[in-house]
Amino acid sequence: MRLGRREFLVGSAAAGAALATSAPLGAAENWVELPMQNGKRPLMRYPQKRAMIVQSSRPAILETPFEVFDQSDITPNDAFFVRWHEAGVPASVDSASFRLNVHGVVNKSLSLGIADLRSQFEPVEIVAVNQCSGNSRGLFNPRVAGGQWANGGMGNARWKGARLTDVLKRAGIGAGAKQVSLHGLDHGVLPATPRVQKALDVDVVTSNPDILVAYEMNGEAMPLLNGFPVRLVVPGWYATYWVKMLSDIEVIDHIDDNFWMATAYRIPDTPGNTVKPDQTGYKTIPINKMHVRSFITNIQDGNFISGLDKPDPMYPYRYSAEVRGIAFDAGSGIKTVEFSDDGGKSWTQTKLGRDLGKYSFRRWTARWSAHAGSGMHTLACRATANSGEVQTNVAVWNPAGYLKNDIETYEVSV
Amino acid sequence: MMRALVLGAAVVLGLIAAGFPKSESIVLPPSNIMFKPGPNLGLVQANCLVCHNADYIYFQPALTRAQWTAEVNKMRSAYKATIADDDVPKIVDYLMTQNGKT
Repeated sequence: MRLGRREFLVGSAAAGAALATSAPLGAAENWVELPMQNGKRPLMRYPQKRAMIVQSSRPAILETPFEVFDQSDITPNDAFFVRWHEAGVPASVDSASFRLNVHGVVNKSLSLGIADLRSQFEPVEIVAVNQCSGNSRGLFNPRVAGGQWANGGMGNARWKGARLTDVLKRAGIGAGAKQVSLHGLDHGVLPATPRVQKALDVDVVTSNPDILVAYEMNGEAMPLLNGFPVRLVVPGWYATYWVKMLSDIEVIDHIDDNFWMATAYRIPDTPGNTVKPDQTGYKTIPINKMHVRSFITNIQDGNFISGLDKPDPMYPYRYSAEVRGIAFDAGSGIKTVEFSDDGGKSWTQTKLGRDLGKYSFRRWTARWSAHAGSGMHTLACRATANSGEVQTNVAVWNPAGYLKNDIETYEVSV
Repeated sequence: MMRALVLGAAVVLGLIAAGFPKSESIVLPPSNIMFKPGPNLGLVQANCLVCHNADYIYFQPALTRAQWTAEVNKMRSAYKATIADDDVPKIVDYLMTQNGKT
Protein backbone atom coordinates (compact mmCIF):
# COMPACT_ATOMS: atom_id res chain seq x y z
CA MET A 1 0.00 0.00 0.00
CA ARG A 2 1.35 3.40 -0.94
CA LEU A 3 1.30 6.49 1.15
CA GLY A 4 -0.48 9.41 -0.33
CA ARG A 5 1.71 11.83 -2.20
CA ARG A 6 3.34 14.25 0.11
CA GLU A 7 5.32 17.34 -0.54
CA PHE A 8 8.94 16.59 0.16
CA LEU A 9 11.60 19.23 0.33
CA VAL A 10 14.86 17.63 -0.62
CA GLY A 11 17.57 18.49 1.84
CA SER A 12 15.30 19.87 4.50
CA ALA A 13 14.77 18.49 7.94
CA ALA A 14 11.27 19.82 8.16
CA ALA A 15 9.74 16.58 9.33
CA GLY A 16 12.36 16.04 12.03
CA ALA A 17 12.06 19.56 13.33
CA ALA A 18 8.33 19.11 13.77
CA LEU A 19 8.93 16.20 16.13
CA ALA A 20 11.50 17.76 18.41
CA THR A 21 9.07 19.68 20.52
CA SER A 22 8.78 20.07 24.24
CA ALA A 23 5.19 18.97 24.62
CA PRO A 24 4.31 17.26 27.90
CA LEU A 25 5.05 13.59 28.32
CA GLY A 26 2.37 11.37 26.94
CA ALA A 27 0.71 14.01 24.83
CA ALA A 28 -0.16 12.61 21.44
CA GLU A 29 1.24 15.52 19.48
CA ASN A 30 0.66 14.00 16.19
CA TRP A 31 -0.18 10.84 14.35
CA VAL A 32 1.78 9.07 11.68
CA GLU A 33 0.52 6.75 8.99
CA LEU A 34 3.01 3.90 8.55
CA PRO A 35 2.95 2.27 5.09
CA MET A 36 0.86 -0.75 6.07
CA GLN A 37 -2.80 -1.63 6.51
CA ASN A 38 -3.88 -0.27 9.92
CA GLY A 39 -0.68 1.77 10.11
CA LYS A 40 -1.91 4.82 12.05
CA ARG A 41 0.15 5.37 15.22
CA PRO A 42 0.46 8.14 17.81
CA LEU A 43 3.68 10.06 18.20
CA MET A 44 4.27 10.44 21.92
CA ARG A 45 7.01 11.62 24.23
CA TYR A 46 8.25 9.10 26.75
CA PRO A 47 10.70 9.87 29.58
CA GLN A 48 14.18 10.69 28.22
CA LYS A 49 12.76 10.45 24.69
CA ARG A 50 11.63 12.85 22.00
CA ALA A 51 8.35 12.09 20.20
CA MET A 52 8.46 8.45 19.13
CA ILE A 53 6.07 6.24 17.17
CA VAL A 54 4.14 4.21 19.74
CA GLN A 55 3.76 0.54 18.79
CA SER A 56 2.77 -0.38 22.35
CA SER A 57 2.45 2.00 25.29
CA ARG A 58 2.98 -0.70 27.94
CA PRO A 59 5.27 -2.60 27.68
CA ALA A 60 6.93 0.25 25.84
CA ILE A 61 7.59 -0.42 22.16
CA LEU A 62 8.68 2.82 20.55
CA GLU A 63 9.79 3.22 16.95
CA THR A 64 12.31 5.76 15.71
CA PRO A 65 10.79 8.16 13.16
CA PHE A 66 12.70 7.29 10.00
CA GLU A 67 13.88 10.82 9.20
CA VAL A 68 16.16 10.57 12.25
CA PHE A 69 18.37 8.23 10.20
CA ASP A 70 18.90 10.98 7.65
CA GLN A 71 20.05 13.50 10.22
CA SER A 72 23.14 11.69 11.55
CA ASP A 73 25.00 8.40 11.28
CA ILE A 74 24.66 7.99 15.04
CA THR A 75 21.12 7.68 16.39
CA PRO A 76 20.63 10.07 19.32
CA ASN A 77 19.76 8.42 22.63
CA ASP A 78 16.47 10.26 22.88
CA ALA A 79 15.43 8.95 19.46
CA PHE A 80 16.70 5.38 19.87
CA PHE A 81 14.03 2.69 19.52
CA VAL A 82 12.67 0.90 22.58
CA ARG A 83 11.33 -2.61 22.85
CA TRP A 84 10.34 -4.31 26.11
CA HIS A 85 8.49 -7.60 26.23
CA GLU A 86 7.08 -7.52 29.72
CA ALA A 87 5.58 -4.69 31.73
CA GLY A 88 7.62 -5.43 34.86
CA VAL A 89 10.33 -2.93 33.98
CA PRO A 90 11.70 -1.15 37.05
CA ALA A 91 10.62 2.49 36.98
CA SER A 92 13.74 3.43 38.90
CA VAL A 93 17.24 1.99 38.96
CA ASP A 94 19.90 3.07 41.45
CA SER A 95 23.32 2.60 39.88
CA ALA A 96 25.07 2.84 43.24
CA SER A 97 23.40 -0.30 44.57
CA PHE A 98 23.08 -2.07 41.20
CA ARG A 99 24.97 -5.37 40.96
CA LEU A 100 25.78 -7.56 38.00
CA ASN A 101 26.16 -11.13 39.20
CA VAL A 102 28.32 -13.64 37.36
CA HIS A 103 27.89 -17.21 38.51
CA GLY A 104 27.26 -20.81 37.48
CA VAL A 105 29.99 -22.94 35.93
CA VAL A 106 32.77 -20.53 36.88
CA ASN A 107 35.80 -20.76 39.13
CA LYS A 108 34.77 -17.70 41.11
CA SER A 109 31.40 -15.95 41.29
CA LEU A 110 31.47 -12.18 40.86
CA SER A 111 29.22 -9.39 42.03
CA LEU A 112 30.14 -6.26 40.10
CA GLY A 113 28.96 -2.71 40.62
CA ILE A 114 28.99 -0.04 37.92
CA ALA A 115 32.16 1.43 39.40
CA ASP A 116 33.80 -2.01 39.27
CA LEU A 117 32.88 -2.41 35.62
CA ARG A 118 34.30 1.02 34.84
CA SER A 119 37.49 0.74 36.85
CA GLN A 120 38.51 -2.91 36.79
CA PHE A 121 38.17 -3.69 33.09
CA GLU A 122 39.65 -2.08 30.02
CA PRO A 123 37.02 0.25 28.53
CA VAL A 124 36.19 -0.46 24.90
CA GLU A 125 34.16 1.63 22.47
CA ILE A 126 32.36 0.20 19.46
CA VAL A 127 29.86 1.80 17.10
CA ALA A 128 27.25 -0.82 16.35
CA VAL A 129 23.78 -1.17 14.92
CA ASN A 130 21.14 -2.54 17.24
CA GLN A 131 18.22 -3.88 15.21
CA CYS A 132 15.12 -5.68 16.45
CA SER A 133 14.74 -9.19 15.00
CA GLY A 134 11.29 -8.14 13.83
CA ASN A 135 12.23 -4.75 12.39
CA SER A 136 9.95 -4.13 9.37
CA ARG A 137 7.52 -6.87 10.51
CA GLY A 138 4.59 -4.63 9.60
CA LEU A 139 5.77 -4.75 5.98
CA PHE A 140 5.48 -8.54 5.74
CA ASN A 141 3.10 -9.96 3.16
CA PRO A 142 1.03 -11.73 4.31
CA ARG A 143 1.03 -9.88 7.62
CA VAL A 144 1.92 -11.57 10.89
CA ALA A 145 1.08 -10.71 14.50
CA GLY A 146 3.65 -8.98 16.72
CA GLY A 147 5.15 -5.51 17.01
CA GLN A 148 4.15 -3.83 13.76
CA TRP A 149 7.39 -2.01 13.03
CA ALA A 150 7.95 -0.16 9.82
CA ASN A 151 11.72 0.27 9.33
CA GLY A 152 12.50 2.24 12.51
CA GLY A 153 13.11 -0.68 14.89
CA MET A 154 16.84 -0.07 14.69
CA GLY A 155 19.52 2.40 15.71
CA ASN A 156 23.26 2.98 15.61
CA ALA A 157 25.16 4.07 18.72
CA ARG A 158 28.65 4.32 20.12
CA TRP A 159 28.68 1.83 22.98
CA LYS A 160 31.28 1.83 25.74
CA GLY A 161 31.82 -0.90 28.24
CA ALA A 162 33.84 -3.86 29.42
CA ARG A 163 34.39 -6.87 27.18
CA LEU A 164 32.20 -9.79 28.18
CA THR A 165 35.26 -12.00 27.57
CA ASP A 166 37.23 -9.99 30.15
CA VAL A 167 34.45 -10.30 32.72
CA LEU A 168 34.21 -14.04 32.13
CA LYS A 169 38.01 -14.37 32.28
CA ARG A 170 37.88 -12.80 35.74
CA ALA A 171 35.30 -15.36 36.83
CA GLY A 172 37.04 -18.19 34.99
CA ILE A 173 34.83 -20.37 32.80
CA GLY A 174 34.66 -23.86 34.32
CA ALA A 175 34.89 -27.25 32.68
CA GLY A 176 31.80 -28.41 30.80
CA ALA A 177 30.44 -24.89 30.19
CA LYS A 178 28.15 -24.78 27.14
CA GLN A 179 26.29 -21.49 27.18
CA VAL A 180 26.23 -18.08 28.82
CA SER A 181 22.69 -17.29 29.93
CA LEU A 182 21.75 -13.68 30.64
CA HIS A 183 18.85 -11.72 32.05
CA GLY A 184 18.06 -8.23 33.28
CA LEU A 185 15.98 -6.62 36.00
CA ASP A 186 12.77 -6.74 33.97
CA HIS A 187 10.15 -9.40 34.57
CA GLY A 188 6.57 -10.29 33.83
CA VAL A 189 3.62 -8.84 35.71
CA LEU A 190 2.52 -12.33 36.73
CA PRO A 191 5.03 -14.34 38.75
CA ALA A 192 4.58 -17.30 36.39
CA THR A 193 5.44 -15.35 33.23
CA PRO A 194 8.88 -16.45 32.00
CA ARG A 195 11.29 -13.57 32.40
CA VAL A 196 13.23 -12.57 29.30
CA GLN A 197 16.42 -14.59 29.32
CA LYS A 198 18.81 -15.13 26.42
CA ALA A 199 21.76 -17.42 25.92
CA LEU A 200 24.85 -17.41 23.72
CA ASP A 201 27.14 -20.37 23.13
CA VAL A 202 30.37 -20.23 25.12
CA ASP A 203 32.26 -20.57 21.82
CA VAL A 204 30.49 -17.53 20.41
CA VAL A 205 31.25 -15.46 23.49
CA THR A 206 34.90 -16.46 23.95
CA SER A 207 35.72 -15.95 20.26
CA ASN A 208 34.15 -12.48 20.09
CA PRO A 209 35.92 -9.74 22.10
CA ASP A 210 33.49 -7.19 20.63
CA ILE A 211 30.63 -8.32 22.87
CA LEU A 212 30.40 -5.64 25.55
CA VAL A 213 28.84 -5.18 28.94
CA ALA A 214 28.05 -1.56 28.05
CA TYR A 215 27.54 1.25 30.53
CA GLU A 216 27.57 4.14 28.06
CA MET A 217 25.65 4.94 24.92
CA ASN A 218 26.87 7.84 22.81
CA GLY A 219 29.01 9.16 25.67
CA GLU A 220 26.31 9.13 28.30
CA ALA A 221 24.54 6.75 30.59
CA MET A 222 21.82 5.12 28.51
CA PRO A 223 18.17 6.08 28.90
CA LEU A 224 16.37 3.82 31.36
CA LEU A 225 14.17 2.56 28.54
CA ASN A 226 17.30 1.50 26.63
CA GLY A 227 18.62 -0.51 29.57
CA PHE A 228 20.20 1.76 32.21
CA PRO A 229 22.61 1.17 33.84
CA VAL A 230 24.13 -1.71 31.85
CA ARG A 231 23.15 -3.64 28.75
CA LEU A 232 24.76 -6.34 26.70
CA VAL A 233 25.98 -5.25 23.26
CA VAL A 234 26.35 -8.07 20.75
CA PRO A 235 27.57 -6.33 17.58
CA GLY A 236 26.27 -7.91 14.40
CA TRP A 237 23.57 -9.91 16.19
CA TYR A 238 19.89 -9.05 16.40
CA ALA A 239 18.79 -6.99 19.40
CA THR A 240 17.08 -9.87 21.19
CA TYR A 241 20.52 -10.76 22.58
CA TRP A 242 21.30 -7.22 23.73
CA VAL A 243 19.88 -7.82 27.23
CA LYS A 244 18.85 -4.58 28.91
CA MET A 245 19.40 -3.75 32.62
CA LEU A 246 21.75 -6.74 32.54
CA SER A 247 21.92 -8.04 36.09
CA ASP A 248 22.70 -11.74 35.79
CA ILE A 249 25.21 -13.75 33.79
CA GLU A 250 25.10 -17.48 34.39
CA VAL A 251 27.50 -19.90 32.74
CA ILE A 252 25.59 -23.13 32.24
CA ASP A 253 26.59 -26.69 31.30
CA HIS A 254 23.57 -27.26 29.04
CA ILE A 255 21.57 -25.54 26.29
CA ASP A 256 19.22 -22.95 27.76
CA ASP A 257 15.69 -24.25 27.12
CA ASN A 258 13.71 -21.33 28.50
CA PHE A 259 10.81 -19.94 26.43
CA TRP A 260 12.84 -17.06 24.96
CA MET A 261 15.38 -19.47 23.47
CA ALA A 262 13.42 -22.65 22.86
CA THR A 263 10.17 -21.19 21.50
CA ALA A 264 10.48 -17.48 20.78
CA TYR A 265 13.01 -15.79 18.52
CA ARG A 266 13.56 -18.83 16.36
CA ILE A 267 13.89 -18.84 12.57
CA PRO A 268 13.23 -21.63 10.07
CA ASP A 269 16.33 -23.71 9.38
CA THR A 270 15.49 -23.63 5.67
CA PRO A 271 17.26 -22.02 2.69
CA GLY A 272 17.07 -18.26 3.22
CA ASN A 273 15.30 -18.91 6.55
CA THR A 274 12.08 -18.52 4.64
CA VAL A 275 8.93 -20.69 4.48
CA LYS A 276 5.51 -20.62 2.87
CA PRO A 277 2.70 -19.26 5.05
CA ASP A 278 1.00 -22.66 5.31
CA GLN A 279 4.23 -24.65 5.69
CA THR A 280 4.69 -26.78 8.81
CA GLY A 281 7.06 -29.41 10.12
CA TYR A 282 10.34 -27.59 9.47
CA LYS A 283 13.21 -27.37 11.92
CA THR A 284 13.99 -24.06 13.61
CA ILE A 285 17.12 -22.51 15.13
CA PRO A 286 17.65 -19.49 17.39
CA ILE A 287 17.87 -16.23 15.44
CA ASN A 288 21.46 -15.00 15.35
CA LYS A 289 23.40 -12.63 13.06
CA MET A 290 21.83 -9.79 11.11
CA HIS A 291 21.52 -9.77 7.34
CA VAL A 292 22.76 -6.98 5.10
CA ARG A 293 20.35 -4.07 4.58
CA SER A 294 20.28 -0.62 3.03
CA PHE A 295 17.81 2.25 2.97
CA ILE A 296 17.32 5.61 1.34
CA THR A 297 16.96 8.07 4.22
CA ASN A 298 16.02 11.37 2.58
CA ILE A 299 13.19 10.15 0.36
CA GLN A 300 10.17 8.13 1.43
CA ASP A 301 8.06 5.80 -0.62
CA GLY A 302 5.27 7.81 -2.18
CA ASN A 303 7.11 11.14 -2.09
CA PHE A 304 6.36 13.82 -4.61
CA ILE A 305 9.74 15.43 -5.19
CA SER A 306 9.24 19.05 -6.05
CA GLY A 307 12.57 20.35 -4.95
CA LEU A 308 15.06 18.83 -7.37
CA ASP A 309 17.61 21.40 -6.57
CA LYS A 310 20.05 21.77 -9.42
CA PRO A 311 19.70 21.97 -13.18
CA ASP A 312 21.75 19.15 -14.68
CA PRO A 313 24.43 20.74 -16.89
CA MET A 314 24.60 17.65 -19.11
CA TYR A 315 20.90 17.43 -19.88
CA PRO A 316 18.70 20.47 -20.40
CA TYR A 317 15.36 20.17 -18.56
CA ARG A 318 16.77 17.50 -16.25
CA TYR A 319 17.18 18.32 -12.61
CA SER A 320 19.22 16.48 -10.06
CA ALA A 321 18.95 15.75 -6.36
CA GLU A 322 21.15 14.12 -3.80
CA VAL A 323 19.91 10.74 -2.64
CA ARG A 324 21.25 9.70 0.75
CA GLY A 325 21.05 6.49 2.69
CA ILE A 326 22.58 4.02 5.11
CA ALA A 327 23.71 0.41 4.92
CA PHE A 328 24.90 -2.16 7.45
CA ASP A 329 25.50 -5.88 7.87
CA ALA A 330 26.51 -8.30 10.61
CA GLY A 331 30.03 -6.93 10.91
CA SER A 332 31.97 -7.77 7.76
CA GLY A 333 31.46 -4.16 6.76
CA ILE A 334 29.82 -2.64 3.70
CA LYS A 335 31.66 -3.14 0.42
CA THR A 336 29.35 -1.31 -1.97
CA VAL A 337 25.92 0.26 -2.16
CA GLU A 338 24.30 0.59 -5.57
CA PHE A 339 21.47 2.88 -6.59
CA SER A 340 18.80 2.32 -9.22
CA ASP A 341 16.20 4.71 -10.64
CA ASP A 342 14.47 2.10 -12.79
CA GLY A 343 13.24 -0.35 -10.19
CA GLY A 344 16.43 -2.41 -10.16
CA LYS A 345 16.90 -2.99 -13.91
CA SER A 346 20.18 -1.06 -13.86
CA TRP A 347 22.47 -0.05 -11.03
CA THR A 348 25.15 2.55 -10.42
CA GLN A 349 27.71 2.73 -7.63
CA THR A 350 27.15 5.21 -4.83
CA LYS A 351 29.78 7.03 -2.82
CA LEU A 352 30.36 5.61 0.66
CA GLY A 353 30.67 8.02 3.57
CA ARG A 354 32.94 7.94 6.59
CA ASP A 355 33.69 4.59 8.16
CA LEU A 356 32.70 4.45 11.83
CA GLY A 357 33.54 0.77 12.09
CA LYS A 358 32.44 -2.49 10.60
CA TYR A 359 29.30 -2.82 12.75
CA SER A 360 28.08 0.74 12.12
CA PHE A 361 25.64 2.32 9.71
CA ARG A 362 27.62 3.32 6.61
CA ARG A 363 26.40 6.46 4.92
CA TRP A 364 26.12 6.53 1.15
CA THR A 365 25.18 9.23 -1.34
CA ALA A 366 24.24 9.32 -4.98
CA ARG A 367 23.06 11.96 -7.41
CA TRP A 368 19.90 11.33 -9.28
CA SER A 369 18.57 13.34 -12.16
CA ALA A 370 15.25 13.28 -13.95
CA HIS A 371 13.18 15.38 -16.28
CA ALA A 372 10.93 17.61 -14.25
CA GLY A 373 7.35 16.48 -14.70
CA SER A 374 8.40 13.05 -15.98
CA GLY A 375 6.12 11.32 -13.49
CA MET A 376 6.76 8.13 -11.55
CA HIS A 377 10.17 6.61 -10.93
CA THR A 378 11.07 3.59 -8.82
CA LEU A 379 14.23 4.23 -6.81
CA ALA A 380 16.05 1.37 -5.12
CA CYS A 381 19.27 0.66 -3.25
CA ARG A 382 21.24 -2.55 -2.90
CA ALA A 383 24.09 -3.21 -0.46
CA THR A 384 26.86 -5.77 -0.75
CA ALA A 385 28.81 -6.71 2.37
CA ASN A 386 32.50 -7.59 2.50
CA SER A 387 31.33 -11.11 3.35
CA GLY A 388 29.84 -11.32 -0.15
CA GLU A 389 26.29 -11.20 1.15
CA VAL A 390 24.12 -9.07 -1.13
CA GLN A 391 20.52 -7.92 -0.92
CA THR A 392 18.06 -9.48 -3.37
CA ASN A 393 14.46 -8.70 -4.27
CA VAL A 394 13.23 -11.94 -2.70
CA ALA A 395 11.35 -11.06 0.49
CA VAL A 396 11.88 -13.46 3.38
CA TRP A 397 8.73 -14.77 5.05
CA ASN A 398 8.46 -16.61 8.35
CA PRO A 399 5.58 -16.71 10.84
CA ALA A 400 7.29 -14.54 13.46
CA GLY A 401 8.21 -11.79 11.00
CA TYR A 402 11.98 -11.83 11.39
CA LEU A 403 14.98 -11.08 9.14
CA LYS A 404 13.42 -8.78 6.54
CA ASN A 405 16.22 -7.47 4.31
CA ASP A 406 15.09 -7.47 0.69
CA ILE A 407 15.90 -4.53 -1.60
CA GLU A 408 13.93 -1.44 -0.61
CA THR A 409 12.09 0.37 -3.39
CA TYR A 410 10.66 3.87 -3.34
CA GLU A 411 8.00 5.03 -5.76
CA VAL A 412 8.47 8.73 -6.32
CA SER A 413 7.16 11.26 -8.75
CA VAL A 414 8.72 14.44 -10.04
CA MET B 1 37.86 1.79 57.87
CA MET B 2 39.40 5.05 56.73
CA ARG B 3 40.66 3.36 53.58
CA ALA B 4 37.21 1.98 52.84
CA LEU B 5 35.71 5.45 53.25
CA VAL B 6 38.28 7.00 50.95
CA LEU B 7 37.73 4.27 48.36
CA GLY B 8 33.98 4.66 48.64
CA ALA B 9 34.26 8.40 48.14
CA ALA B 10 36.54 7.87 45.15
CA VAL B 11 34.04 5.51 43.61
CA VAL B 12 31.20 7.97 44.06
CA LEU B 13 33.34 10.81 42.71
CA GLY B 14 34.41 8.64 39.82
CA LEU B 15 30.81 8.08 38.85
CA ILE B 16 30.02 11.77 39.14
CA ALA B 17 33.16 12.76 37.23
CA ALA B 18 32.16 10.50 34.38
CA GLY B 19 28.73 12.09 34.36
CA PHE B 20 27.13 8.82 35.33
CA PRO B 21 23.86 9.47 37.11
CA LYS B 22 23.33 7.73 40.41
CA SER B 23 19.87 6.71 39.47
CA GLU B 24 17.30 7.08 36.75
CA SER B 25 13.57 7.08 37.37
CA ILE B 26 10.73 7.31 34.92
CA VAL B 27 6.96 7.22 34.87
CA LEU B 28 5.38 5.82 31.73
CA PRO B 29 2.77 8.13 30.24
CA PRO B 30 -0.78 6.78 30.08
CA SER B 31 -1.97 5.42 26.78
CA ASN B 32 -4.36 7.57 24.80
CA ILE B 33 -6.07 4.50 23.35
CA MET B 34 -8.66 2.59 25.40
CA PHE B 35 -10.71 -0.52 24.64
CA LYS B 36 -13.88 0.49 22.82
CA PRO B 37 -17.29 -0.89 23.76
CA GLY B 38 -17.98 -4.42 22.55
CA PRO B 39 -19.09 -7.86 23.73
CA ASN B 40 -17.39 -9.15 26.89
CA LEU B 41 -15.52 -5.85 27.35
CA GLY B 42 -15.16 -6.41 31.11
CA LEU B 43 -13.61 -9.80 30.58
CA VAL B 44 -11.14 -8.34 28.08
CA GLN B 45 -10.19 -5.51 30.41
CA ALA B 46 -9.76 -7.85 33.38
CA ASN B 47 -7.50 -10.25 31.48
CA CYS B 48 -5.61 -8.36 28.77
CA LEU B 49 -4.78 -5.21 30.71
CA VAL B 50 -2.84 -7.15 33.33
CA CYS B 51 0.20 -7.37 31.06
CA HIS B 52 -0.33 -4.86 28.21
CA ASN B 53 -2.43 -1.94 27.08
CA ALA B 54 -5.23 -1.87 24.52
CA ASP B 55 -3.23 -0.11 21.81
CA TYR B 56 -1.12 -3.18 21.04
CA ILE B 57 -4.29 -5.03 20.01
CA TYR B 58 -5.59 -2.18 17.87
CA PHE B 59 -2.18 -1.80 16.16
CA GLN B 60 -2.09 -5.41 14.95
CA PRO B 61 -3.11 -6.16 11.37
CA ALA B 62 -6.69 -7.39 11.14
CA LEU B 63 -6.48 -11.06 12.17
CA THR B 64 -8.78 -14.01 11.51
CA ARG B 65 -10.66 -15.80 14.27
CA ALA B 66 -8.08 -18.61 14.15
CA GLN B 67 -5.23 -16.11 14.44
CA TRP B 68 -6.78 -14.23 17.37
CA THR B 69 -7.50 -17.56 19.08
CA ALA B 70 -3.84 -18.50 18.63
CA GLU B 71 -2.79 -15.17 20.16
CA VAL B 72 -5.04 -15.58 23.20
CA ASN B 73 -3.81 -19.14 23.66
CA LYS B 74 -0.23 -17.91 23.43
CA MET B 75 -0.96 -15.51 26.28
CA ARG B 76 -2.05 -18.52 28.31
CA SER B 77 0.56 -21.10 27.38
CA ALA B 78 3.64 -18.92 26.90
CA TYR B 79 3.01 -16.01 29.26
CA LYS B 80 0.85 -17.87 31.79
CA ALA B 81 -2.14 -15.52 31.67
CA THR B 82 -4.85 -16.97 33.91
CA ILE B 83 -7.61 -16.97 31.30
CA ALA B 84 -10.25 -19.65 31.86
CA ASP B 85 -10.92 -22.10 29.01
CA ASP B 86 -14.50 -20.85 28.62
CA ASP B 87 -13.34 -17.26 28.38
CA VAL B 88 -11.06 -17.75 25.39
CA PRO B 89 -13.83 -17.72 22.73
CA LYS B 90 -15.52 -14.82 24.52
CA ILE B 91 -12.36 -12.76 24.38
CA VAL B 92 -11.90 -13.75 20.74
CA ASP B 93 -15.49 -12.63 20.04
CA TYR B 94 -14.56 -9.19 21.31
CA LEU B 95 -11.28 -9.06 19.38
CA MET B 96 -13.08 -9.98 16.17
CA THR B 97 -15.44 -7.01 16.60
CA GLN B 98 -12.47 -4.68 17.14
CA ASN B 99 -9.78 -5.85 14.73
CA GLY B 100 -11.02 -9.00 13.01
CA LYS B 101 -10.80 -10.29 9.49
CA THR B 102 -13.28 -12.82 8.15
